Amino acid sequence: MQFSLGAIQYFWPKAHVQAFYRRAAESNVDIVYLGETVCSKRRELSLVDYLQIAHQLREAGKQVCLSTMTLLEAPSELRELRKYCDNGEFMVEANDVAAAQFLREQQLPFIAGAAINIYNQHSLRRMISMGLKRWVMPVELSRHWLQQLLAQPLIADIRDCFEVEVFSFGHLPLAWSGRCFTARSENRHKDQCQLCCINYPDGRPVSNQEGEPMFVLNGIQTQSGQRYNLVNQLHSMHGLVDIVRLSPQSALYSDQQDTFAWLEKFRANQLGAAPQPLASSDSNGYWLQLAGFKQELG
Amino acid sequence: MELLCPAGSMPALHAAIEHGADAVYVGLKDQTNARHFAGLNFTPAELAEAVRYVHQRQRKIHVAINTFAHADSWQYWQRAVDQALRAGVDVIIAADMAVLGYVHERYPQVELHLSVQASATNAAAIEFYQQFGIKRVVLPRVLSMNQVRALARTSSVDLEVFAFGSLCIMAEGRCYLSSYLTGESPNTAGACSPAAYVRWDEQDGQLESRLNGLLIDRFAAGETAGYPTLCKGRFQVGHDTYHVLEEPTSLNTLSLLPELYREGIASLKIEGRQRSPAYVAQLTKVWRQAIDAVLSNPTEFTVAEHWNQVLAGLSEGSQTTLGAYHRAWK
Repeated sequence: MQFSLGAIQYFWPKAHVQAFYRRAAESNVDIVYLGETVCSKRRELSLVDYLQIAHQLREAGKQVCLSTMTLLEAPSELRELRKYCDNGEFMVEANDVAAAQFLREQQLPFIAGAAINIYNQHSLRRMISMGLKRWVMPVELSRHWLQQLLAQPLIADIRDCFEVEVFSFGHLPLAWSGRCFTARSENRHKDQCQLCCINYPDGRPVSNQEGEPMFVLNGIQTQSGQRYNLVNQLHSMHGLVDIVRLSPQSALYSDQQDTFAWLEKFRANQLGAAPQPLASSDSNGYWLQLAGFKQELG
Repeated sequence: MELLCPAGSMPALHAAIEHGADAVYVGLKDQTNARHFAGLNFTPAELAEAVRYVHQRQRKIHVAINTFAHADSWQYWQRAVDQALRAGVDVIIAADMAVLGYVHERYPQVELHLSVQASATNAAAIEFYQQFGIKRVVLPRVLSMNQVRALARTSSVDLEVFAFGSLCIMAEGRCYLSSYLTGESPNTAGACSPAAYVRWDEQDGQLESRLNGLLIDRFAAGETAGYPTLCKGRFQVGHDTYHVLEEPTSLNTLSLLPELYREGIASLKIEGRQRSPAYVAQLTKVWRQAIDAVLSNPTEFTVAEHWNQVLAGLSEGSQTTLGAYHRAWK
């Protein structure tokens, strides 16, 4: 079982991002995804900056992948996407079929991100024939769904031709909109957003009128209010999941709760030997075939 | 420019055709379509009857098979396609690569439309789906008019846009908010914020709507209480309580009609397979008149006041919006 760091979903200042990846280089993570996946107006780092970080991480022995935008609307966004796909060195995670299209045109292998709708053996098999080498399962699917899908003969026969990755830690990306909800929360229009999401390094929490966490606003993306946390489910992933993904959270300098501390806890509990207490703000429902916000023991 | 109207039942289908729809879209009575609600949709026998009715009047009928197939029950989606084509429908609307591929390879002569649930929002995504021989793409409701125009001018397949009805503010087919709260989503179960999870409570004179136990909204006495679609609830951010994602409102593009016509949009889709025959009748009548007015004189088109009044009366919260088509909405 390998561990990966997904692309940073939030908008952080460049220095914060660089510091995060210096720690990633020193950590024992196996795979690192780099790139902006949410909003093309976020330009603290350019592709050149990401490639520089990619080289440093590769020298530190990490496998590096470039992750791409999820909701692509403008021709300018497609041109930027094309540059990611043409990088010539690193495998690309397609978060929209537009990237899959660019990569298959060049007969390059690719990773299908969680926002690409692969729900069954036939769509997975078709994507494999187009060049898919790694499949990040849609976040709303369960262990049961994954197990049934992988057991289909159409897939079981070629199981060694691709890897399976599961989003296992962090606020879940649940929706993308034409509208920017962070700008709306500050009474700004999207066109005059002034990149206000940089002030919310973990997004803006949304609760219902009874104070229960509902969602997190992250620009045009809506995330789960609960932090998804499958630290105690790793033992049930063996034989199904090749790579466990942790999504970077911003609490960079509070060492006990940050992403890297959790990476250690995940590693320690791979076989179930070191179960962790979950916070009331953690959830694991999707994996256990429940509503996503639910948390169950076991 | 085609007027494409929703039909969740035979009476709604009759209403749409009688009042001037060029085509109707329907679903089968199972989880293979994105309006899988109790009491809605067509059995194979009803579908065959619907096809006869529509074809006798020289109109067209599309069938949405636009949810994502489950690994252990793929045969339902396959069967839905077979049944629909046996009934003689004109078009299959699909989103799942599994369904698209099946139709394209098994029935290459059949007209295939890419469902909005496939979330194709850009030229490269449309190109990706052209490997399945699609003839038309239904565009998600996240694009601005400028973006629709840019696609219309470059795309080699026909475009269909949503003209009126409930407003999905998230890119369709990529929204898991409903399964996050209930375990069931449009992709996996064909329904958003399913009715089985809705509860209404009265507390101190206030009406409360809940979804799977979680409070979605509170309504003061006299306030119109809308269905608790989770993205239209009133929540808190910081110290503010407001419609954090979207107000209860309906999409209305009447004022964009001349522009949509000029850009060669092939079809205007009216949302609402879950609506009553009376609703479908009124809507179809207004949109028929409006489209005829554009077709006869595109440069002189103006929106008639009584059209807006009828549409406002049929809208959520009596409000309408241009949604993402108008940049300021974003």
